[in-house]
Amino acid sequence: MSDDLVVLKDISRTYQKGKEKVEVLHQLDLTIANGDFLALMGPSGSGKTTLLNLLGGLDQPTSGSIRVGDAELHKMSSSALSKWRSTNIGFIFQFYNLLPVLTAQKNVELPLLLTRMNGRERANRAAIALSIVGLEDRAKHYPRELSGGQEQRVAIARAIVSDPNLLLCDEPTGDLDRETADEILRLLQALNKEHNKTIVMVTHDSQAAEYARHTLHMDKGTLAPEGAG
Amino acid sequence: MKYFYLVWKSLWRKKVRTILTILSVFVAFLLFGLLSALNQVFSGAEDLADARRLVTLDKISIINSLPSSYLARIESVPGVERAAHASWFGGYYQDPRNQFAQFAVDPARYLDVYPELTIPDDQREKWLRTRDSVIVGRDLVEEFGWSVGDRIPMYSSIWTNTSGSQVWDFEIAGVFDSEDPRASTQMMLIQYDYFDEGRAFGQGTMGWFIIAIDSAGNAAQIANAIDTQFANSPNETKTSTEAAFAESFIGQYGNIGLIITLILTAVFFTILLVSGNTMSQSVRERIPELAVLKTLGFTDGNVLSIVLAESTFVMLLGGGLGLGLALLVVNVLGAVPLPGFYLDAAAVTNGVVYIVLAGVAAGIFPALQAKRLTIIDALSRA
Ligand SMILES: Nc1ncnc2c1ncn2[C@@H]1O[C@H](COP(=O)(O)OP(=O)(O)OP(=O)(O)O)[C@@H](O)[C@H]1O
Ligand SMILES: [Mg+2]
Repeated sequence: MSDDLVVLKDISRTYQKGKEKVEVLHQLDLTIANGDFLALMGPSGSGKTTLLNLLGGLDQPTSGSIRVGDAELHKMSSSALSKWRSTNIGFIFQFYNLLPVLTAQKNVELPLLLTRMNGRERANRAAIALSIVGLEDRAKHYPRELSGGQEQRVAIARAIVSDPNLLLCDEPTGDLDRETADEILRLLQALNKEHNKTIVMVTHDSQAAEYARHTLHMDKGTLAPEGAG
Repeated sequence: MKYFYLVWKSLWRKKVRTILTILSVFVAFLLFGLLSALNQVFSGAEDLADARRLVTLDKISIINSLPSSYLARIESVPGVERAAHASWFGGYYQDPRNQFAQFAVDPARYLDVYPELTIPDDQREKWLRTRDSVIVGRDLVEEFGWSVGDRIPMYSSIWTNTSGSQVWDFEIAGVFDSEDPRASTQMMLIQYDYFDEGRAFGQGTMGWFIIAIDSAGNAAQIANAIDTQFANSPNETKTSTEAAFAESFIGQYGNIGLIITLILTAVFFTILLVSGNTMSQSVRERIPELAVLKTLGFTDGNVLSIVLAESTFVMLLGGGLGLGLALLVVNVLGAVPLPGFYLDAAAVTNGVVYIVLAGVAAGIFPALQAKRLTIIDALSRA
């Protein structure tokens, strides 16, 4: 097996808007190495989220092929993708998307409900994930009792708790002040360096992109060659 | 069930709304329980009626009596195993509002055709031996606080006795029960011989006959044979099964069973609308959250089950409490002194089935909506 974790070939994604067809991604090719930390930048509407959704198996390409690890995503059914996501992908969103009715600990345990672990194992694993993001003392807090930065840390703990290889982050610091954003970015960097997580991060913030190993620029559904933009 | 915690927590997302929904389900199933018991009162008499018992009445009116000589002639009809007779006493105890059934009967014959009535042997013997004694049902004893050996004056609005008084004095020889918990025992049984000799008029007549037959299948044929015997006599008869008799008796109340069923149906659909609305509101508010669950790897089926479980749980909680309280009030406390006011196993089973059905029915559309939710659409709405 090569060192490439993600291989996208000739990907197009067309949305139907009323009678019109809008091609959001145009014959896009992309390879991401295992252990990379890739920042994806580009103007609004350029297709960054669409690309991230394809990488995470949340959406299917109109044409082209996507391989992530051993999985050929474009050939998989939606239920097979669900199962695959639960162990292979961690998502981190701009607005954290924690369940307000659950404590930090229980939010982090959520993905583990899909495994065979018993309650005790789930609690242990979640506690470890919370300590990695530095929030062991907030385990019993509800999202409304946490700051934005803390909520995002809980979301990161939830994303890594089932130990996926690939973390997909869509503007993870978009809602945070500079200082807090830097903390989150340092955390992502640590996950990349110390825990060998491959990370793809969409961002509008070029300072945020500096934490990544590479930056790719997207424009109108295509990727500019590296170094450009 | 590891998802239970999630279901439970999601339910309390909007506490007041959930409590109100549970309360309305609670009230609905309390009402269901009470109305089912009431329904038993009206349909109970029919259920209690034995298909192997016939009742012979005067053809023209239940009020007219029949000659006592009919008893032997009825007994001679093939297929008749035993026959008993009963006559209205038409009285009350102390206050005209204290109405209950009093029949003058031949003790041995009557107990013979109603084997479900049970009485201790010594009390039965006492009754058979003592002409002016009566036996009374457990329900009556409880209502009036009587005990065996008490002498009670009964006022008859029909029968004057030979001493010119309408007050008859009886001794309580025993207390009987019924093996069927739904049957009322608000009844007093008087010795016919004492009653017949004591009354100032109408001697030698009997109110109606109760006939035990060999097989329910022969009921129509035997009834016909009995009535044919007395055709073209001054006292023609009408014989029917006890069930038909009970039915014609209940007919006086109109079709209450139907009305109750209609009310219950209306209640049931109201509850469906109320809780269905709550559930779909709750799903709509949670679209981003449900999408996140799917992102984490929860399948469409998982999400469907979680929403269904929530709605079923609300029903189980509210419905269980409502039905439970109804059971407590009706069966344990016996708070309503109506004959047959009772929740039997079938009514309870029905209740539980309706609770589960309502849970599924109220939750199914919101659950399907949650299942169909596509992650990208849902998240872009966030
Ligand atoms: N579900 C959809 N149906 C129709 N069109 C869509 C859908 N999702 C995205 N699009 C369109 O695809 C294009 C790319 O959207 P996308 O969300 O990938 O952009 P983006 O680069 O993430 O933008 P932003 O920086 O604002 O988040 C946009 O023009 C958008 O309107
Ligand atoms: Mg986007």
